Amino acid sequence: MTPFEYAHPRSEAEAVELMNEPGTSTAVLAGGTDLIRLLRRDLVTPQRVVNIKDIPSMQGIKPVDGGVMIGALTTLEDLAASPLMSEYHSLHHVLDGIRAIQIQSSGTVAGDLCHLPNCWYFRNGYGLLGMENGESLVETGDNRYHAIFGNRGPAKFVSASRFAPGMIAGQARVRVVGPKPDAEEWLPLEYFYITPKTNAQGVTVLKPGQLITHVWLPGTDTAQGKVQSSTYEVLQLEGLDWPLASAAVSMVVQSGVVQDARIVLGHVAPVPWISHEASRTIIGRRVTEETAAAAGEAAVASATPLSNNGYKVQLARTCVKRALLRAAGQETGGL
Amino acid sequence: MSTPDRDQNTANGTGFSRRDFIRGSGAAMAATAIATSTVEARADDKAAKPNVKPAEATEVTLTVNGKEHKLKLEPRVTLLDTLRTDLSLTGCKDVCDTANCGACTVHIDGKAVYACTRLAHDCEGKKITTVESLKDGDKVDPVVSCFVKHDASQCGFCTPGFVMAVRAFLNSKPKASLDEVRKGLGGNICRCGTYHGITECALEMAKGG
Repeated sequence: MTPFEYAHPRSEAEAVELMNEPGTSTAVLAGGTDLIRLLRRDLVTPQRVVNIKDIPSMQGIKPVDGGVMIGALTTLEDLAASPLMSEYHSLHHVLDGIRAIQIQSSGTVAGDLCHLPNCWYFRNGYGLLGMENGESLVETGDNRYHAIFGNRGPAKFVSASRFAPGMIAGQARVRVVGPKPDAEEWLPLEYFYITPKTNAQGVTVLKPGQLITHVWLPGTDTAQGKVQSSTYEVLQLEGLDWPLASAAVSMVVQSGVVQDARIVLGHVAPVPWISHEASRTIIGRRVTEETAAAAGEAAVASATPLSNNGYKVQLARTCVKRALLRAAGQETGGL
Repeated sequence: MSTPDRDQNTANGTGFSRRDFIRGSGAAMAATAIATSTVEARADDKAAKPNVKPAEATEVTLTVNGKEHKLKLEPRVTLLDTLRTDLSLTGCKDVCDTANCGACTVHIDGKAVYACTRLAHDCEGKKITTVESLKDGDKVDPVVSCFVKHDASQCGFCTPGFVMAVRAFLNSKPKASLDEVRKGLGGNICRCGTYHGITECALEMAKGG
């Protein structure tokens, strides 16, 4: 690990100030489960680590504007235990799959949203794009866990966030502060992620000196009816594991017919992958085994698998189908 | 830097341990490494700011198993490295180093955490508990006895991490079901495959056995 200074601000303003001193590169530390790994391998080498964990305004969950305001530092176990979150089923489905008390007690909501890709080329020093001598190692190498959508450019990793698909389906917004002292902006979470063309661009719109402070989720009661949501993740291991693919659904059903639906796939593209094709297929129909399967089929019609990850197309197809059935309360059996 | 209590790391009671021997022979080498890093350390020409510690070693007080330790550490030092090398609390193991395997599990303020992905400076003012605290004279924590009873250990390298995970898990869910055990205790890996015994152990403890 390359030496770094250690800053421990107690307010958002102080954090932004400490993250924006000219000539000092910084990294944000919260739960640490991702950052310390990156530091250990010198994959990030900040001159200063800013520990934001003790900023009171970024903690806890509150009802705001008919929805919930989730502090960026909310841990997974606090998210799971909050009565305010009880109707957000898609997030609970994700929480159920994070099967380690060590991660549940340390991991934070924004830490998940900002988690860097688990691509093994990136984790072993070949950059986000996994390039060596101008050639993509991912394209010709072992790409079994890589992208099947949005992979025509140089980025072939998959977005690591597990909450992002469910939160984007649920139309979450994030509050970003910095780099200027009073700068604050709210943006839809779906615009937060980018597919980089160079290693330096990163995986989100966050610029150096910016951080997420809050996530806001709209309420689950709308004029059209109650929002039904779910996430379906395919995990290889029984213990702690990252999904091979996932799909999240957020929909409103009236008299048995889907009025509105947002379907977002995870771990299949460099960004959480919004499938308008799948949404279009299910809107105006009843959710049945057949229509859900048709939506799954529509979701993967434009997939472009790499040499070793064709199997993920089937996983994605099934994720969409099962997430729809789960959201509609028709879940049957296990795998 | 405090000198660790000699009795604490002399497991066999003979006053001599393998670790002491290894430490002795490595001391000369370590001294060289420290000297080099001091020379390379960047001069801190910026004005000191409150709430910012320089990259060089600064004082930090850690409360481990109820005892305070004054240490001088660089911010980059992890809790795991401090516990093992500065405090000779080698029950937490350095295995994957990437928050995956759970062998380094300790408790911070009663919650199970991976010590490999915590900075030592980040733990100042918190209550750190290691597996060594589960033994007090002849008395051991029931989780340990229950591990023995269910043969929940084979080579034993992952066991301290598992024991600490099970202890924290049962503290928060004393009546846990099998489903809850599966959802909570997946953060530790055992290469020998003793999961069955560990699950049995957790369930028996949860039933008040």
